[in-house]
Amino acid sequence: MDLNIIQIILVVIVAFLAGMEGILDEFHFHQPVIACTLIGLVTGDLVPCLILGGTLQMIALGWANIGAAVAPDAALASVASAIILVLGGQGSAGVSSAIAIAVPLAVAGLLLTIICRTIATAFVHFMDAAAKEGNFKKIEFWHICAICMQGVRIAIPAALILAIGAGPVRSLLASMPVWLTDGLAIGGGMVVAVGYAMVINMMATKEVWPFFAIGFVLATVTQITLIGLGAIGVALALIYLALSKQGGSGKGGSTNTGDPLGDIIDNY
Amino acid sequence: MAQELKLSKKDRISVWWRSTFLQGSWNYERMQNGGWAYSMIPAIKRLYTSKEDRAAALKRHLEFFNTHPYVASPIIGVTLALEEERANGAPVDDIAIQGVKVGMMGPLAGIGDPVFWFTVKPIIGALAASLAMTGNILGPILYFVAWNIIRMAFMWYTQEFGYKAGSKITDDLSGGLLQDITKGASILGMFILGALVNRWVSIKFTPVVSSVKLDKGAYIDWDHLPSGAQGIKTALEQQAAGLSLDAHKVTTLQNNLDSLIPGLAALALTLLCMWLLKKKVSPIIMILGLFVIGIVLHLAHIM
Repeated sequence: MDLNIIQIILVVIVAFLAGMEGILDEFHFHQPVIACTLIGLVTGDLVPCLILGGTLQMIALGWANIGAAVAPDAALASVASAIILVLGGQGSAGVSSAIAIAVPLAVAGLLLTIICRTIATAFVHFMDAAAKEGNFKKIEFWHICAICMQGVRIAIPAALILAIGAGPVRSLLASMPVWLTDGLAIGGGMVVAVGYAMVINMMATKEVWPFFAIGFVLATVTQITLIGLGAIGVALALIYLALSKQGGSGKGGSTNTGDPLGDIIDNY
Repeated sequence: MAQELKLSKKDRISVWWRSTFLQGSWNYERMQNGGWAYSMIPAIKRLYTSKEDRAAALKRHLEFFNTHPYVASPIIGVTLALEEERANGAPVDDIAIQGVKVGMMGPLAGIGDPVFWFTVKPIIGALAASLAMTGNILGPILYFVAWNIIRMAFMWYTQEFGYKAGSKITDDLSGGLLQDITKGASILGMFILGALVNRWVSIKFTPVVSSVKLDKGAYIDWDHLPSGAQGIKTALEQQAAGLSLDAHKVTTLQNNLDSLIPGLAALALTLLCMWLLKKKVSPIIMILGLFVIGIVLHLAHIM
């Protein structure tokens, strides 16, 4: 699909927003389910992008910036793969190959954000100089510069892909054999586990493992929706907290010795 | 001091809005310091008038700072209270302010990460993603609205709480409430994760274990159906009555595994990933590796 000039500008704006959020982590424009949908919205290719966003979101559930560690970059992965999906013009059929493209992009985005975070060190030194003069305006200026730099980090690659154009992207996608796309779809079903494993490693303690088991088994009852499961989970947590207080010694048992939380705190 | 200096609600709202951009100039030297100073500017403007005081305050707030971006809000609140006391002549020195910031950022990050990144985000994210994957536009809308309402409300109320409690909040940290929230969040989180692993990690083994010829009458005899719509009706009725569609009952490896419990392979894979992560294998390598394995096993007709 070829895009007109207004669509191209809107795509670049979405990319800029996603890049900003990739560092801010506040409004979450960089989360795949939002970023891909926005790209779909401005290009008029909504449904395939929506599906791509949902699928990528599942993979990216466990990606989080913890302390100084930087997660794989959801911003570039979702923006660039959505643009490629739109340009490829395969509709929903192109989703699984777009996901396979997204993963290397997440790594590329990770490298870009590390570069930006290093450059930001210089900006902070400019702020130091401004602080000596008590100059508020300059500090604000450099802070906003740093935010814009993170936006440009995604906007430029997005513009580059748009510049390459629909033709080359489409022929690249068309040249992918069926066994490759099918295999990638199967791989895509499995990579979700990596994200979950990251989250579980952060949260798991002896005390909470049984709840994992209950959740796993209840999920086999396919009639229960995720909202239903959420309600059961909240109820279980409340019951557990209430009971552990009644148990008298329960309070003493809740000190966080030997659990991963302690490690998180130490790492900061 | 003729008149007591006080931060207005407008100042605090301005600080709250600016703290949204806390991580904007995140850098490897002092991390969130630039965003922190940026957030404090409205308060500094209100509290200090001389150039020297303002310069000193800016310098003080450009020190190292890093925590979870949302739980920074209560710390901002406490710092606002301390700065206010200081501007009114109380003996609050630079070390006290930096001490409160550093003392709070570690434990609070330990709460913010599990609660937001590992409970709220996976739950809302999975819900939104499962809607979006079926092409339902409600998915992203739900995610965006729910996430931002929770985030903005949390940041505003904890900042106000910190501001009102002042330095006393540090004592509260070891108290019961925050610990309960953390534990409740990890219980809910683990429960949902168990469900997600089962529902969304998809592994299907295709090899055929057995193919048994069924007895006559146990399957729909396609050659002896009435013709036309009547035939379709009869076939559907027979299927509803439990008759097989084919003359052979094909059992795949997946059917065998599912009769133990659906999602067993997904669980095994997740446990393997956890183990690999603990062995310091990079998640990116694991993701790329799983794609390669998917392609290889598909070519080998196992999946």
